[in-house]
Amino acid sequence: MRPGRLLALAWKSIAEHKLRSLLTVSGVVFGVAAVVTMLAIGEGESQAAQEQIRRMGSNNLLLASVKPSEPESGTSANARVLSYGLLEKDLLRIQSTVPEIDLAVPRRDVPVDARVGTRRMRATVFGTSPQYESVANLEVAQGRFLSAADEESRLPVCVLGSEVAKRLFLNTDPLGRDLHVGDNAYRVIGVLSTRGEGTGGTAGLGGESDAAILIPWSTMRERYGSIIVDNRGGSRNREEVELHRITVRAARGDEATVGRVAGALRRLLAEGHPQEDVRLTVPLELLREARETRARWTLILGTIAGISLLVGGIGIMNIMLASVVERTREIGIRRALGAKRRHIVLQFLAETVVLCAIGGSLGMGLSILLPHVLTTVFGLQTIVDPWFLGLAFGIAAGIGLVFGIYPAMRAARLDPVEALRHA
Amino acid sequence: MSDVVRLTEARRTYRMGEEEVHALDGLDLVVPRGEYLAIMGQSGSGKSTLLNILGCLDRLTSGSYELDGKDVSRLDDDRLSHERNRRLGFVFQSYNLIPHLTVLENIEVPMEYAGIRPGEARQRSTELATRLGLGGRLKHRPSELSGGQQQRVAIARALGNDPSLMLADEPTGNLDSATGIEILDLLDTLAAEGRTLIVVTHDRKVAARAHRTIHMLDGKIAREDRRVAEAATP
Ligand SMILES: Nc1ncnc2c1ncn2[C@@H]1O[C@H](COP(=O)(O)OP(=O)(O)O)[C@@H](O)[C@H]1O
Ligand SMILES: [Mg+2]
Repeated sequence: MRPGRLLALAWKSIAEHKLRSLLTVSGVVFGVAAVVTMLAIGEGESQAAQEQIRRMGSNNLLLASVKPSEPESGTSANARVLSYGLLEKDLLRIQSTVPEIDLAVPRRDVPVDARVGTRRMRATVFGTSPQYESVANLEVAQGRFLSAADEESRLPVCVLGSEVAKRLFLNTDPLGRDLHVGDNAYRVIGVLSTRGEGTGGTAGLGGESDAAILIPWSTMRERYGSIIVDNRGGSRNREEVELHRITVRAARGDEATVGRVAGALRRLLAEGHPQEDVRLTVPLELLREARETRARWTLILGTIAGISLLVGGIGIMNIMLASVVERTREIGIRRALGAKRRHIVLQFLAETVVLCAIGGSLGMGLSILLPHVLTTVFGLQTIVDPWFLGLAFGIAAGIGLVFGIYPAMRAARLDPVEALRHA
Repeated sequence: MSDVVRLTEARRTYRMGEEEVHALDGLDLVVPRGEYLAIMGQSGSGKSTLLNILGCLDRLTSGSYELDGKDVSRLDDDRLSHERNRRLGFVFQSYNLIPHLTVLENIEVPMEYAGIRPGEARQRSTELATRLGLGGRLKHRPSELSGGQQQRVAIARALGNDPSLMLADEPTGNLDSATGIEILDLLDTLAAEGRTLIVVTHDRKVAARAHRTIHMLDGKIAREDRRVAEAATP
């Protein structure tokens, strides 16, 4: 018999028992959905991790000052100055004692009101060095980045984040013009490309530069005192922070090297910052965490998927065995009329496979829904590659083959004479 | 070869634990082409066993069976299926139609297994059904037909691949006498067209229509009658 005819026959037989068929394939439906969801989460996590790494640079290790949860008891109550975080001497110690590093680049952040003519905006001044361009993976859209000469001569020059350039200079060319912060004027020498996207606390080394004004490290030391006053947003916080960031670039990007550098940095921090006011972020370790998350989800969902598919397969086999008994007489008739054993095998196998394909299709529908729900409810990043759906469908059809073969063989092995005598 | 059936020393033995039952016990039978043969005998005399052997649904324990001049007694399952499909037509007491298929689809089942293209099969099945008076019932399911109509579908189905031998097991057993006579008339027509027919029956009136009747007893032919008036010389 032709394949088309076989499938039509199978479809007809399934349509005869719609509810029974639907219940039979529910295990396959959920199994398939679990497989796709598992893959979607894995893919989502992996892409998220890769994106983070791409932003932070896989050779990089990030040290960031974090405000301790309780103010230091030593601070005078009247002064109300909170002192914490990375120190310049940390930078020097890193540069001189940690092996296998290329660079350690400092950054200090000061929140300011920036002004050009009558236009104003809140921005953050980054005091940093020329190497920051490369470690932070920045791209200069116009003009140039800070240079060693700027650093040397402590010039009042600045490079603008794209957002700052757009809001303060509108459509005009900012290069060569002045930007005012308080009483100081800075000459614009360059504009950065838009980083866009999330600015996330530890992760974002990119996005936050859109709203930044970058000036030489030496210039900042000269012009800003040790106390940072942030009177933005009404409140008046006074903090003493020498450095907000140190970006360390390891000599090589392999896990072993990055691991050794991370170890050395942790030892330094343990000594110098027992109050835990500095956080170390290692992109490569984030990748490992992402892999672990992925492995965890794969295990959970893989188990669910496996059990669902197994139960689904057994359910299908059970129904097909019942169907063989129910249709013993039909099998006898077909054999008498000339059906070979393989015709009978194919007939029942086609039925199971069509049944499973229906289950697979329903499962694919659910597979598009379920990752979406996980993303909305748990905030898990999920990506449903069309390829996963194809795979899931294939698995469902495979289940049909595997669990359909036994009932089909049973049907084919029936003795025609006995089968014809069957009530 | 003009003999359709040539059974020689046919034995079919069932083993029931220690006991052996000789359902066919060294039976010889020759059926020339075009003969209409009736088989009678008490229950347990071996009629069904003989019919299963003749229909290639079962194999002899010993002896030989030539169907259409071809020895089929040692064929494997696939070859036997092929012989059933091409050379044999079955008519059963309980019709044995497939319930979820229509009249035409039922008639087409053996054609499908013979690899006949769907278009041609549809044409053939329609012709057969119309010829057997089922023209208005082509798309009906068996449950929507009377017993007589169902048996006509079964006969149409048996004729589908133009068999060398038609086998009928109590074809009127489930029918009232008027309908039974219709079916018997139909079989007479087929015999008159030169088809070779073997009918198992309990009913003398049925056997009376055949050219020859064999009476079975304990797996052997005990006696045979030949109808004198229209002796079977095709
Ligand atoms: N499958 C079987 N297993 C064992 N014995 C059988 C089987 N089929 C038939 N027989 C025996 O073979 C003999 C002939 O049976 P059967 O051919 O059915 O006779 P009939 O059709 O004339 O009633 C009987 O004794 C019966 O019990
Ligand atoms: Mg019998």
